[in-house]
This record gives sequence, structure tokens and C-alpha cells, in this order.
Amino acid sequence: MRIRLNWRAVLSILSFFVIWNLCVIFKVAGFTEIPGPIEVVVVLFNEFLFTADYWQSWLISFERVLWGFVIAQVLGIPLGLFLGSSTTFRNLVFPVFEMMRPIPPLAWVPLSILFWPTNESSIIFITFIGAFFIITINVFEGVQSIKKEHIWLAKSLGANDFRIFVFVMIPAVIPAIAVGMSLGIAVTWNVVIAAEMIASDSGLGRLTWEGYVSSTAPVVIVGMISIGLAGFISTLLVDLLERRMMPWKYKR
Amino acid sequence: MGKIDETKSGKISIRNVTKVYDPDGANVMALDDFSLEIDSGDFIAVVGPSGCGKSTLLNILAGFDTLTEGQIVLDGKNLASIETIPKPGNDRVVVFQQGALFPWKTVMENITYGLIKSGSTDLDEIEARAREFLKRSGNLEEIANVYPAQLSSGMQRRVEIIRAIINDPKLLLLDEPFRAMDTVNKAKMHQHLLKTYQENKKTILFITHDLEEALFLADRVIVMTTRPGKMKLDIQVDIPRPRDQTILASDAYLELRKKTVFAVREEAQKAFERGEREMA
Repeated sequence: MRIRLNWRAVLSILSFFVIWNLCVIFKVAGFTEIPGPIEVVVVLFNEFLFTADYWQSWLISFERVLWGFVIAQVLGIPLGLFLGSSTTFRNLVFPVFEMMRPIPPLAWVPLSILFWPTNESSIIFITFIGAFFIITINVFEGVQSIKKEHIWLAKSLGANDFRIFVFVMIPAVIPAIAVGMSLGIAVTWNVVIAAEMIASDSGLGRLTWEGYVSSTAPVVIVGMISIGLAGFISTLLVDLLERRMMPWKYKR
Repeated sequence: MGKIDETKSGKISIRNVTKVYDPDGANVMALDDFSLEIDSGDFIAVVGPSGCGKSTLLNILAGFDTLTEGQIVLDGKNLASIETIPKPGNDRVVVFQQGALFPWKTVMENITYGLIKSGSTDLDEIEARAREFLKRSGNLEEIANVYPAQLSSGMQRRVEIIRAIINDPKLLLLDEPFRAMDTVNKAKMHQHLLKTYQENKKTILFITHDLEEALFLADRVIVMTTRPGKMKLDIQVDIPRPRDQTILASDAYLELRKKTVFAVREEAQKAFERGEREMA
């Protein structure tokens, strides 16, 4: 994201497309079935950009990511705060948490389909799993790294436990929440695409997979570009949100 | 003696305080039978090598830590003993070595935090007072609405001192607040602290490992032994106030320095050697 637009950057991107095109033209090994960039752009314009179905796929995937992401924040942030601040709670809950954490989100797919009544809810659940453990562990570590001086001073200045929680602990872990959000949004996109390929009949992941199944390679690449773009836009939005959450970090 | 305002006097009596840390059964004695009487409005500096228990003393005074034996009394009221649970309060505010302004609050919010919490409700009045303090602290009004990260470390420390003093504490606890500063900034901060002390006359306990700093600032310098911390020397600094840099070359100052410097060096050496042994 931090790329300066200078002649080197332009050269770099242009070369990528030129080399890709040359590989296709000269049928370099592996490229025999792969379309060139021009063909992809043509397909994108003719078959997708002006159709409602294409944008519907965007919307559906975004919705799933948003739900999974938001639920993960809503449950993960308080859980991380409690894990970090109460030893009893940590002793009781953390072992189970650590037992579940190494299970990759996609390993949840079959069980999720069995458990949840609708396909939609199982995809959202898998997406949620992708972000949930990351955000929780980040907030938990954020709580543990709160400077004891801040807590002490708040006490000296007359704050009770509740005030310390609201006015010291929560702002002190906001940077950790932000890190969790950045990592979480990236993972939710990974997960939602894979989940859609396996278990859904809609969304950008499905669009890409259908391109493969129907042997229309340009569609696959259109899908890939769309997914990349969607992830990029989400990251930008999360960045924007983080700036709002931490004015003291960005105000200069 | 004239009349003493009992509510604000800040007279501290530290009686036979011992502190033993017990991590994993390995008893470490940080303070050993330490006693000190501090008169109201006195500026006391405690000097000693790292790990001599001076920060422990400060933490116990502030109510952040318990003591193992002894008692501390502030203005006739029990502050810490074996039976009492430590309780911090805005009658004893600390300025920490690493600095502990809340980074998510502006300078104004930091300064007024304690006042708002302690029940003063007139926000306008509180802010006017904060502005007055900022002004007296070297025309700092314009930084009221910036965040601490935008300030130099010297500025941050000034704000912290204001945050402590505006609460009108009986005791101001300074834990090596200027340790990380370069010589020029340190000298500026010393001047600033002396001015603040002159204006407010709070009882100050200033912890440092720097003897020159202690002699320059304080009325009385306590030299501590290396761990377990005991009192080694108790020196009265009879240099008149207001003080400035010129006293650093005065006979009185040099005489005091001569008297104390070897005691401090000796303890530093012991601490160093013990450190070597503990590493081996």
C-alpha cells in the first residue's frame, strides 16, 4: 500500500503485464491454457462489469466478511479483556481457547455445515472463526502489556476499578485491537473465499471456482482480480477506522 | 514554629520499615529496618545505587506495594502497616521515571483527570486552573490540546508535574523523573522543579542515583546502602533558596559533595560487585 508512484513503479507493473502476455503468446510451459491480460480485460468488460450478477457476488462476499468480522470483534474484544484482567477466568477458559485455536478455520467447514441450519450461517461462522481467535489473542496480550504505572496513577488520582477499566484499560488496548482488526480482516477474506468455493453457490469465491469448473480461464482471473481488490478495499476501510479509534497516534 | 495547616501539612514518619520480596521462596530483602522523619514542606532526596530499595520505598509510600514490617504515618494518620491494605490516593502523587502520561488523553485531559475523578464538578473552573498552571510552567497554554506523544520528554515531564501538583497532594513522589534526559534538559528541568517547589512548598521525596542532582535540589539528602536498603548517611543541605546554577561552584556545595561522594561510590561499588556475583 505504501508504494510511491514513480517511473520505477510504473515500469514494474508494465513489465508484469508484458511478461505475462509474452508467456501466453509463446506458449511457455504451463501457460497453454491461461489467457493473456488483454483477453481477461475484454471478458471483464463484456461479461461482468455491467451485469447485476457480478456485483451481486461482490455484495454477498462483502456481507459475509462483514458479519464474520463484526461478530468476531463483538465477542473477541470482551473475551480478550476478561482473559487479560481476571486470573480465575483465564485459568478456566484459556485452556479450551488454546485447544481450539490451532484448528484452521477451513477445518471447521464440515462440522459447521452440520451444526448450522443454513448454508449462509455456516459460511459466516467459518469466517467468524478466522478472525475471532486472532482478535481475542491480540486483545489479551494488549491487556497484559498495559503499563502498571498507568493503572497505579489512575488509582492515585482517585479512579475506582470500573473507571480504570473504562478510562485506562480500554484505551490502552485500542492499539492491540487495531492490530487484531488488520490481521483479522485479511484472514476473513482468505477464509470466506475458500468457504465459498467449498460450500456455497454465490459470492466471489464461487464465481472464481465456477470459472474453473466450466473451463473458462478468463473468468478465474477476473475472480482473482476482484477478490484482490475487495481485500484491498477492506484493508483501506479498516485503516480508516483505526485512525478514528486512535486519534492520538495520528494527530501530528 | 508558626501555625501549621493540619489538613495540608505533609509530615511523614517512616518507622522501621522492612520489605521482603518472596518470589519462589527466595527471600530478597529490599528494605531493612528503614526509618525516616520528614518535616512538612521538606524537599528530601534519596540517593542510592540501582536496586537499593529506593523505588520500593516510594512504591510503599504511594500505596502501590505492601510492607513486611513497620509503619508509615502521614500527618498523624496511619498510611501503611502490616494490617492495612495499601491504597493509593491523590494526597500522594507520583511522577515516574519512564513517564506515565495517558497517551490517549490530551495534555488538558491528563492534567484534569484527577480533579474530575475526585468530584470537583465545575469543568470550566478546573480547566481555568489547569491553564493557569500551564502558564506558570513557562507559557505552555498552547499545548493544552495536544497529545503527549507530540511533546518533548522535558515538556511531558512538566505536564506530569503539573498533573501531580494540581491535585494539591500532601506529598509529591518523584521517581528519577529526569533520568533519561541530556544534561541541558536536565538543568532546565531542575530549575523548573525548584521554581515549582518554591511556589508550592509541597513535601517532596525525590529518588535518584545522581548525588549532584540530589544536593542541588534537596534540603536533606539520604544516602542508602545497597540491598538490603538501610540509611547510610543523612545530610542536611544548608544552602539557601532560591538556588540556581551558581551554587554548584559554591564552597558549601563542594564541601557537602566531598563529604558524601565516597559514601555513594562505595555503595555503588558494592552493588556492582554483588551484581557480578549474581551473574556468575
